[in-house]
Amino acid sequence: MTHRPPPKRRDWSWRSQAFRGLVYQLLAVAVIGVALWFLAHNTLENMRARGIQSGFGFLAQPAGFDIGEGLIHYDALDPYWKAFLVGILNTLRVAVVGIVLATVLGTLLGIGRFSRNAILRSLCYAYVEVFRNIPVLLQLLMWYLLFTDVLPPLAEAVNVGGLFYLSKGGFSFPTPAWGVGLAFVAAGAVLGVAVALAYRRWVLRQFEATGRVRSLFWVPLAIVLAGAFVGWIAAGAPREWSIPAPGTFTMEGGASATPEFLGVLIGLVLYTAAFIAEVVRAGIQSVAHGQVEASGSLGISRGLTMRLVILPQALRVIIPPITSQYLNLTKNSSLAVAIGYPDVVSVANTALNNTGRAVECIAIIMLVYLTTSLSTAAFMNWYNRRAAIRER
Amino acid sequence: MLKSKKPIVVGLVAAALLAAQPAMAGKTVDAIKARGQLVCGVHTGLAGFSQADTQGNWSGLDVDVCRAIAAALLGDATKVKWVPLTAAQRFTALQSGEIDILSRNTTWTLTRDASLGLHFIGTTYYDGQGFIVPVKAKIKSAKQLKGATVCVQSGTTTEKNMTDFSRTNKLDLKPVVFEKIEAATGAYFSGRCAAFTTDASGLASIRNKEAKNPTDHVILPELISKEPLGPAVRRGDDEFFAIAKWVVFGLIEAEEYGLTQANVEKMMNESQDPVVMRITGKSEDTGKLLGLDKDWMVRALKAVGNYGEIFERNVGAKTPLALQRGTNAQWNKGGLMYAPPIR
Repeated sequence: MTHRPPPKRRDWSWRSQAFRGLVYQLLAVAVIGVALWFLAHNTLENMRARGIQSGFGFLAQPAGFDIGEGLIHYDALDPYWKAFLVGILNTLRVAVVGIVLATVLGTLLGIGRFSRNAILRSLCYAYVEVFRNIPVLLQLLMWYLLFTDVLPPLAEAVNVGGLFYLSKGGFSFPTPAWGVGLAFVAAGAVLGVAVALAYRRWVLRQFEATGRVRSLFWVPLAIVLAGAFVGWIAAGAPREWSIPAPGTFTMEGGASATPEFLGVLIGLVLYTAAFIAEVVRAGIQSVAHGQVEASGSLGISRGLTMRLVILPQALRVIIPPITSQYLNLTKNSSLAVAIGYPDVVSVANTALNNTGRAVECIAIIMLVYLTTSLSTAAFMNWYNRRAAIRER
Repeated sequence: MLKSKKPIVVGLVAAALLAAQPAMAGKTVDAIKARGQLVCGVHTGLAGFSQADTQGNWSGLDVDVCRAIAAALLGDATKVKWVPLTAAQRFTALQSGEIDILSRNTTWTLTRDASLGLHFIGTTYYDGQGFIVPVKAKIKSAKQLKGATVCVQSGTTTEKNMTDFSRTNKLDLKPVVFEKIEAATGAYFSGRCAAFTTDASGLASIRNKEAKNPTDHVILPELISKEPLGPAVRRGDDEFFAIAKWVVFGLIEAEEYGLTQANVEKMMNESQDPVVMRITGKSEDTGKLLGLDKDWMVRALKAVGNYGEIFERNVGAKTPLALQRGTNAQWNKGGLMYAPPIR
């Protein structure tokens, strides 16, 4: 029989490691707190002493300046907070679209580096080396220059069938002018997605029961499209489109992506895709080669091996580093100010100059990027946990 | 014993932090004298106002104002350190004490004067915002710019003026805002924007110095705002505020009474005009009241000449900018330049 010591009571003396740890931690928190308080207090005192007015009260006042483009309706008489909101949404628009496109392109490039075709393999390699070694700001300026200097002026815009226009005014395309009809189509598509999800579950159950493989791509796609089509019929099959046409100064009708937006988007996507390609390549290489051989000896094709055997395992290695690439892309979008895209930094710059609230405006910028980055990281961490090996 | 000591140490540190007074800026004049140098915030590059040549020598109207103040205060117009600033950086640089004076074609407005912890010392150039467009667009008036994209530099009053003008005339102008002036003008010259907007003096500078062919661009007749441009100093040193203010007034009054860079020495010794005698310090010692010696204004004039000379040398008819005196002429010649008397 081993001798057991009696259960310990909490020892509130300096000899207890737990107690000492607690004290040190409290001290650390107190020191950080005091330091922060000191910084804030000192800044406020200094600003007061120099007659600089401060506070976030200005956010409720009319901004008084226009913003070139935005996702929501904004008028110069709207308050500053709404101007900031327009800027934040512009930042998110570049970040979200950029992340999706960079992921697709980066994954294709990463897989392309394992191609049996030597030309494709070398092209992917060259792409990665070129794009990740040129500073991103230069790339943004280069793409913007391409749009504003090389493309023809509005009146001589390059067009495809009078529907799509490419000029110094950006890329213009037709949009459906269906009014309420658009909502019906969207509702139909959402219904389609629900049905497609149900179909997916049924296919998986069938597969487990009978081993029969059914397409999980074409049929669900058809279901979603059919849903949207039904919605369109229900809305009375509207057929009006708003077609862009060159006006005096801008494209009239349709919708346009400005050269500023395209410059930022293309620049960031191509730059980040190079890094994502490397992450994907590393992930694929981390899967033991025996897996490929095993899969080959079972008679599974190379394409299916990649999709069903390698990528699901590589994903676990890929997700954490790819998260930092997403965060980088979001943060790099602040370079947009160099080529005139009205992101949150650009709007804050204008607000800062009109109100003189430097500390407040910089704080807002920091808060926006911190929130976006932390949310992205939280989402990716959740996805990472989902994709991780479930150890039993 | 250990148990009680640590918190005491931390407590002491915290108390020391609490007791520390927030850092106050020393008196600006004392700081400038101790340093032997005036630190002057200028534009990163605007022909006629502040621009550095290939050797790093600065020239321009805003630059000469700083030289005159350095000459009056330190006795040497060369003792100036130039800090080029973008529009967005300028006020923070002045507030934080990085520069002593901001002489960077800055518009004097209520918000800036009242809430940014600075004082404008006067107006050195009366300006107004305008538009520049390519000649081939065949636009004769800013009111024809309906729905146009307009390139603009951020961090200036121009964005707001343009919005006001756009609203009043229902023009729906779309701004494309750049942080750097070079990027903004670059986008305009490339044809991305139908027009570029800034103060009329800046437009002249851009048209005549940056355009490949100045005759391809025309400045539209409308001036859409009042832009009194002038230097500003940080609050907290009334002495420096007064010196900077009266050097500028002195430059303007010297022109009114015919004192120039060339004749100031002669006038100082020979003139019997009581006003000239006061400016040159021959009768009243006006410098003493400002905490300077009696030759303060003579030195400033020897260094850069009077306001009229500064204007003609940097932006006047014989320069590439070819600006007329217009509103910047002396008050008795139909302009707005009116300095309170030095007496």
